[in-house]
Amino acid sequence: MLDDFFMRALVAGVGLALTAGPLGCFVVWRRMAYFGDTMAHSALLGVALSLLMDFNLLISVFIVAATVSILLLLLQKRGTLSTDALLGILSHATLAIGLVMVSFMTWVRIDLVGFLFGDILAVSRADVDLVWGGGILVTFAIVWMWRPLIASTVNPELAEAEGMEPEKTRLAFMLLMALVIAIAMKIVGILLITSLLIIPAATARRFSTSPEIMAVLASVIGALAVVGGLFGSLKFDTPSGPSIVVAALGLFILSLLTKPRTSGVDSATASQGGQA
Amino acid sequence: MLQTPTQIVQPLVSLAGVGVRRQGRWLVRGVEFSIAPGEIVTLIGPNGSGKSTTAKTAIGVLKADEGRVERKAGLKVGYVPQKLAVDWTMPLTVDRLMTLTSSLKGAEIDAALEATGIRHLARAEVQHLSGGEFQRALLARAIARKPDLLVLDEPVQGVDFSGEIALYDLIKTIRNTTGCGILLISHDLHVVMAETDTVICLNGHVCCRGTPETVSQSPEYLRLFGARAGQTLAFYNHNHDHTHLPDGRVQHADGSITDDCRPNDGHHVEILPTGGKAGPMRIVHTHGPNCGCGHDHTPRPLTGKGARRDA
Repeated sequence: MLDDFFMRALVAGVGLALTAGPLGCFVVWRRMAYFGDTMAHSALLGVALSLLMDFNLLISVFIVAATVSILLLLLQKRGTLSTDALLGILSHATLAIGLVMVSFMTWVRIDLVGFLFGDILAVSRADVDLVWGGGILVTFAIVWMWRPLIASTVNPELAEAEGMEPEKTRLAFMLLMALVIAIAMKIVGILLITSLLIIPAATARRFSTSPEIMAVLASVIGALAVVGGLFGSLKFDTPSGPSIVVAALGLFILSLLTKPRTSGVDSATASQGGQA
Repeated sequence: MLQTPTQIVQPLVSLAGVGVRRQGRWLVRGVEFSIAPGEIVTLIGPNGSGKSTTAKTAIGVLKADEGRVERKAGLKVGYVPQKLAVDWTMPLTVDRLMTLTSSLKGAEIDAALEATGIRHLARAEVQHLSGGEFQRALLARAIARKPDLLVLDEPVQGVDFSGEIALYDLIKTIRNTTGCGILLISHDLHVVMAETDTVICLNGHVCCRGTPETVSQSPEYLRLFGARAGQTLAFYNHNHDHTHLPDGRVQHADGSITDDCRPNDGHHVEILPTGGKAGPMRIVHTHGPNCGCGHDHTPRPLTGKGARRDA
């Protein structure tokens, strides 16, 4: 019943979701949703550069995403434009440059839709290894720097005053995110990566009493969304990447219908702008 | 208090001629002070006078653009920032907040929560605490890790008057039992914690420094706040010899105007502190009624309203 390609898709998708869970929590806590989008959009520039220079796709995407995040840090320090304006410029500029570059390269045939929306059913054995290898690496790194990550998320100055290095933590976090985006691109595509980061984390919030529980729950919810989405895509013959996101959204809506842990009034007023 | 700081003890942190500049403007300049173990130093001054900047420079969150900051090797800091907003999206209980920057034993957490009187809130989410409860939770977190130096940026903000006295009592107890140094930033220009060893008034530079006067003798004060408050709170009498002009320049008592004001610029009369106390050099200032430094210069028959007007 389960074809081999479908099995590979399941294993790769679940691996990615497990990795994305904790990372997505930080994206939500640090209000970096738009930042994640920007890094993801810049991945197309990475694809174009990789084709142009005949260079490894994954490394190329990682380098471009990391460069964009460091560029943003530098621009933020100059403080001339607000962060969301800077993000808007970087996000769409890198996406547009990528598209323009690809159109110039008439000698390569490139499946643009595959990059934009992912092609999880086409993952190879090597891709599965990559997702799990990279995922384990990212998860280890997050666990290793968990306390400074949480502390600098709550208050960077407090973390620094008490002997931590929030700037380094932030840089490390951005590099991890660039890595996950490079890995995830093939599975859910450039345009949908951030949803796999944010939606499971947002869903997990309502059932969590500690950051640690929320991180684990986000992984589990993400994995459920991948499984649900893939089976849905098989049954209804829908595109797999978007189906996964729709499944995640379904879980999120379900979670809204359950009785919240915190009083409704509080969460309604306090969560405004929580997810930009 | 008997714990008058001795100058022989190596200070936890000392600042010498420290200045911090942002975008071509000096936020503070010429700041000098040190904190010894067991010493309480209170920074006061109007809004934007560089109190938080000075405190952050002292603990290394900000880098000094001039001057020297020396911290004891391996100094362990407990910090309560002026503003701390935990995003609603992060589930964080008081218990979990305690181990934010270091891992602690359950007993250590309980003791700190017990000391600050919020043990019953251990399982509460920090977003649901009231202002005063949250300040207590932050204080509990800072003391639980047993710091050498406790830095409290307006710890009594959002706390009512009796809560303020209780918190100051608690800070005193922490100092007495642990012997840590305390750098306190007060939002109040005139009323400081009675246990304060040194008050430093900032307004872009050190305007004046000295020791607080106990007010428990003043019958008016006793009538207003009660005997208990008299043991906890104290007055600080400002002593300025210069005026801050609206454009940021400084007019000195001798009539001269300079761009900024520093301890050794020759415009100040320096005398040794009176009363035989081996304190730091005291810079004596005189007042103008419109000196613009934000202080209330009227002689003080204290009223409840006037005492807290600068908050």
